[in-house]
Amino acid sequence: MLKIKDLRVNLADENKEILRGVDLTVEAGKVHAIMGPNGSGKSTLSYVLSGKEGYEVIDGTVTLDDHDILEMEPEERAAAGLFLAFQYPVEIPGVGNMTFLRTAVNAQRKARGEQEISATDFLKLIRERAKSLKIDAEMLKRPVNVGFSGGEKKRNEILQMAMLEPNMCILDETDSGLDVDAMKLVAEGVNSLRNEGRGFLVITHYQRLLDHLKPDVVHIMAEGRIIKTGGPELALEVENNGYSDLLSEVA
Amino acid sequence: MALKKQNYDLIASAKSQLSNANIGWSQKTRESALSRLTDIGLPSHRDEYWKYTNPAELLTETLNVSSVEGLEHADVFSEIEVLKIVFCDGVFSPELSDAFSSENMSFSKLSDTGDLHWAQNYYGDLEKQGQSPVSRPLAALNTATATDGILLHVKGKIHKPVLIIGVQNTPCEAVLHHVIKVDKGCSLTLLESGPFATKLNTVMEVFLEQGANFEHVRTQGRDHNRWAVTHIFSDIQENAKFKSFTLTANGVLTRNECVLTLSGNDCAAHVAGASVGDGNKFHHDDTVFITHDAVACESRQVFKKVLRNGATGVFQGKILVKEGAQKTDGYQISQSLLLDDDSQFLAKPELEIYADDVVCSHGSTSGAIDEQALFYLCSRGISRKDATDMLTLAFLAEAVEEIENENVAKIIVEKISAWLSRRKN
Repeated sequence: MLKIKDLRVNLADENKEILRGVDLTVEAGKVHAIMGPNGSGKSTLSYVLSGKEGYEVIDGTVTLDDHDILEMEPEERAAAGLFLAFQYPVEIPGVGNMTFLRTAVNAQRKARGEQEISATDFLKLIRERAKSLKIDAEMLKRPVNVGFSGGEKKRNEILQMAMLEPNMCILDETDSGLDVDAMKLVAEGVNSLRNEGRGFLVITHYQRLLDHLKPDVVHIMAEGRIIKTGGPELALEVENNGYSDLLSEVA
Repeated sequence: MALKKQNYDLIASAKSQLSNANIGWSQKTRESALSRLTDIGLPSHRDEYWKYTNPAELLTETLNVSSVEGLEHADVFSEIEVLKIVFCDGVFSPELSDAFSSENMSFSKLSDTGDLHWAQNYYGDLEKQGQSPVSRPLAALNTATATDGILLHVKGKIHKPVLIIGVQNTPCEAVLHHVIKVDKGCSLTLLESGPFATKLNTVMEVFLEQGANFEHVRTQGRDHNRWAVTHIFSDIQENAKFKSFTLTANGVLTRNECVLTLSGNDCAAHVAGASVGDGNKFHHDDTVFITHDAVACESRQVFKKVLRNGATGVFQGKILVKEGAQKTDGYQISQSLLLDDDSQFLAKPELEIYADDVVCSHGSTSGAIDEQALFYLCSRGISRKDATDMLTLAFLAEAVEEIENENVAKIIVEKISAWLSRRKN
């Protein structure tokens, strides 16, 4: 599904390499987790994959279902099936949550040459999906993320994911700022979206989220590279011993 | 020096117009307005309140315009059931208007002359009061020389909004003066649309008695060749509510002044504007002066401008809180969204407060589209253009939300969207 090969990225304004040859493949139906110390390049990777400006790809390729996504605009990547759940969802005053979601769903459908969803079908769908994430009608009407609590913002990200039905989901520290109950709710939301056609790349600092999501593969990232890949036990090792052992192992 | 000569001519031509016309009951008022104008003189670029807007083009007599956009865009509010008043090339058109004087509302036009009229004691009154502390010469010129307008007296319940439409068939000049009086406890929704004239000078005086309710929504545009100066004056009595919203698109030079006096306790005045301008010829100026002269009154000024390709926006807004106007709640915000480096926004917020128990806040910002928000929308599959439009509409939302009538607000949003889609580069 998602194939990243020797991805090297600079910050556009500086001559500083922050991704220094990332190799990673996420297969359909699998959940991959990326852990790593602060500043290791995890969030940068998520931004580069989704097409944020300010990064310069020096070398390497990224393909989604064999399409080169690095050449695509962010909206084209989204239509191709890529989704990023933001670490810090952006507040957009003046744009209603519902309007935003319907515009997004229809823009993607249009880009793929599909029929737009009717207002009634959309309403039915969003009510059903919002309900399982405990998002009420009031939250749907409010401007996007404005006045939402940390937990509400993250649930809203998962709702967008549920509505857009991407085949490759990247979750950037979706667990940050969540209490235990909110984390469970978000994890349930993600789990309900798991199927054999969909890949997940979960960026996190903590084992807690992974307890709920049960990843198939765990990667450790440090200094802009994947330094170790293993099974779920690798995450437990980090939880117990921190990163220092792993870092000295590769040094 | 050439300009000065034209100024002189403008006053002279007003004088000759006055002496030749048969104008009945308004004769004396017009003469005193003219002498007011002679005293204060026509505006110049050196005047404090004309520093950001050069009045020269408003004072010349030449109209280098060969064609106009007329009827097809005039009736913005066609979906709404209204009582319609139509002006064609600056003249009231009885054929196109609904005749609707009734027990609850008396209507006549300014061009009807006679010796007696209820508006006699009102015509030019607020304009005269509004000349101090800041002079408004083009409003005095209007009182002296207005050729038509409506005189509307609301005395009871009316069920539909009143709509003033200005149709333009040929390039023309129009000086219109409206007097509106809403009696105690009565309500009026007044809509305004259409180009009216190539060169337009409008004054509207609104008298609101105790508990009266006035909502005004106006669209200016989408004609490109328009030079307009408009003044709204209102005196707001106890518990009355004044609301006015203006959407401006296109035009060359637009100066909208709003001069409001909150003179009865517990009254409210909201004035808002959304303007969208494209190109270096576009110049849009909102000048507002709100005087709090009673206790526990509330005023809001909300102005938003979207400017691109070298467009200029101006905002001059003042809140004056007089001695004794305690518990005043004043709010003022003016913001511009600059879509490129060539456009500019000039803002002059002013507060002058002589009471010690008041809340007044003001703010003014200029900014570009928020790149974080843009990326967020694009990452969900929305194209950069559509995302920019969404954020532009969102930027204008606070001003549009000042419109109380939902159907009217919907039409305004549609007009802005249409402007955005026409202007895609």
